[in-house]
Amino acid sequence: MSIGLSSDVQSGKPAGRVRRRSALARAEMRDGYLMMAPWLFGFIVLLVGPMVASLVLSFTDWQMLLPPKWIGLQNYVTMFTQDDLIPTSLVNTAFYAFVSTPLYAFFGLLLGLLMNLDLKGVRVLRTMYFLPSITPVVAATLLWVLIFQPDFGLANFLVQGLGLPKQLWLLDPNESKPVLIFMYLWGVGGSMPIFLAGLKGIPKEMYEAAVIDGADRWSSLRYVTLPLLSPVLFFVVITGFIGGFQVFTSAFIATAGGPSNSTMFFVLYLYNSAFQFFKMGYASAMAWLLFVVVLAFTLIQFAVARRLVYYEESRD
Amino acid sequence: MEQGIATQTTSRAKHGSDDPVTKWAWIAAYALLFVFGLSMIFPFAWTVGTSLKLSGEIFTYPPSLYPTHPRPANYVDLFNTVPFLLWFRNSVVVTGAATLGAVLSSTLVGYAFARLRYPGRDFFFGLCLATMMLPGIVTLIPSFVLFRYLGWIDTFFPLIVPSWFGTPFFIFLARQHFRTIPREYDEAARVDGASSWRIWWSLMLPMSTALIGAIVIYSFIWNWNDFLAPLIYLNSVTNETLALGLRGLQNFYNTRWDLIMGGAVLMTLPMILVFFAAQQFFIEGMSTLSGLAGR
Repeated sequence: MSIGLSSDVQSGKPAGRVRRRSALARAEMRDGYLMMAPWLFGFIVLLVGPMVASLVLSFTDWQMLLPPKWIGLQNYVTMFTQDDLIPTSLVNTAFYAFVSTPLYAFFGLLLGLLMNLDLKGVRVLRTMYFLPSITPVVAATLLWVLIFQPDFGLANFLVQGLGLPKQLWLLDPNESKPVLIFMYLWGVGGSMPIFLAGLKGIPKEMYEAAVIDGADRWSSLRYVTLPLLSPVLFFVVITGFIGGFQVFTSAFIATAGGPSNSTMFFVLYLYNSAFQFFKMGYASAMAWLLFVVVLAFTLIQFAVARRLVYYEESRD
Repeated sequence: MEQGIATQTTSRAKHGSDDPVTKWAWIAAYALLFVFGLSMIFPFAWTVGTSLKLSGEIFTYPPSLYPTHPRPANYVDLFNTVPFLLWFRNSVVVTGAATLGAVLSSTLVGYAFARLRYPGRDFFFGLCLATMMLPGIVTLIPSFVLFRYLGWIDTFFPLIVPSWFGTPFFIFLARQHFRTIPREYDEAARVDGASSWRIWWSLMLPMSTALIGAIVIYSFIWNWNDFLAPLIYLNSVTNETLALGLRGLQNFYNTRWDLIMGGAVLMTLPMILVFFAAQQFFIEGMSTLSGLAGR
């Protein structure tokens, strides 16, 4: 920049140079907007537009055959005062999200730390722990349904081997959610790449400095690794909760919401309302309720994280 | 006491290989990791085993741990019972087209966010990041209405087209990655008269193998495994993807666990092949993420 300016002065033709520069800057600006355009178009047409539409629809009664009919707040009134499945599904979903996410983050972190060790054959171990996470959810769920089948499944065989009675698993309202959480946790290795990348990003000098200060393994972990890894951990937790609140496929396939609605999760109920009962307006109101719940919860997490998560000074 | 200090030093230096107690602790921990790892992949063996069992053998209790009379012909039954190859092809088409779109659009947008100077850039990038935190379900119904209005129900378009408008997570990966490439490259190219488009295509993309590898594998996995979108948008059997078809098997042949598990094996196999072919990208692609969610 400064070189460009001084050569302008030397060449004695500042006006021409400046015009060319600004033509270049204009071209860059134009290209910037054009290159960003696909995302911006998608943002408006596939996100903002549908969100607004969904809000409008939530004030209507719409069965798809006739045009939507404006009914004001009726959907929300029904949701909060008459429909028992709303609180049921919210509680089920909260249980799933609040149990599965901390466990996922904890085991993911543990696995990341272990798989980061300089062990012989660590690549083989990493593969073993990672493969479940890329197994298609449909395939994995069907497999676990077979294993947890009460009459001839492998799970009961193992349980009886330990001297415990046979269980009903997915057919027992008290066990169905924990079994679905167990299925989800089978894929905990999916968080390994991001934890390993985070661990690789911690400068070696930090550990050397800690050792010089007399730190043993545990205090290195406590005072170096965990603080520097906290942004990654936070990311895993927050995306885990957002995903957990939207759990659908495993319950849809394994239990269809049963037994006695014990796995009727919010999105499953939303899907049923929209695509089984064609209550599009009501389902839209449900979608907005979930949106507000998740958003509020995410913001709370960010507020808490401000005190707990360590961020390096921005380098740029 | 002196002994203790000496031990501690060696153990730090060599993972304690000289000290018998620490050594055994390491071996025990290692064995535990290995045994636990085996139990993580045991379900795969169970799937393959079940897919080869005779129908009657599946329902015995206690379960037989391996197929006593392996019957590979179960797979022939699978292909004769349902249009499995068609589903497979559909999944390949959807996944391939969506992944191509994800790579092109996300690197393009990411490049603009990383390099080009224009008003509002950082605001738009922040907006893009924020959408990563939105529960996607809120747009489900209007999107369905939109695609129905466009006449796209029971076509692959609703499964493919959104990927062509950039995925926030991939855009973020791309931006972070491009920012690690020294600016001197762009500036030299600009001096030679290259446009931004040319720089993106001929300079940035060739230098971004790890990034493209990461986008390809993650997009491949997400699209191959996706269930909700195909469930909503596809309704004729011949248009189904594998995820949907496999679930149909469960619905209509729910006693043929051999077929269901055979389908699960064939649906999972490409994922495993992709993993072994592109292992390094899983972690490399994430390496720009260490300061995540902070900026």
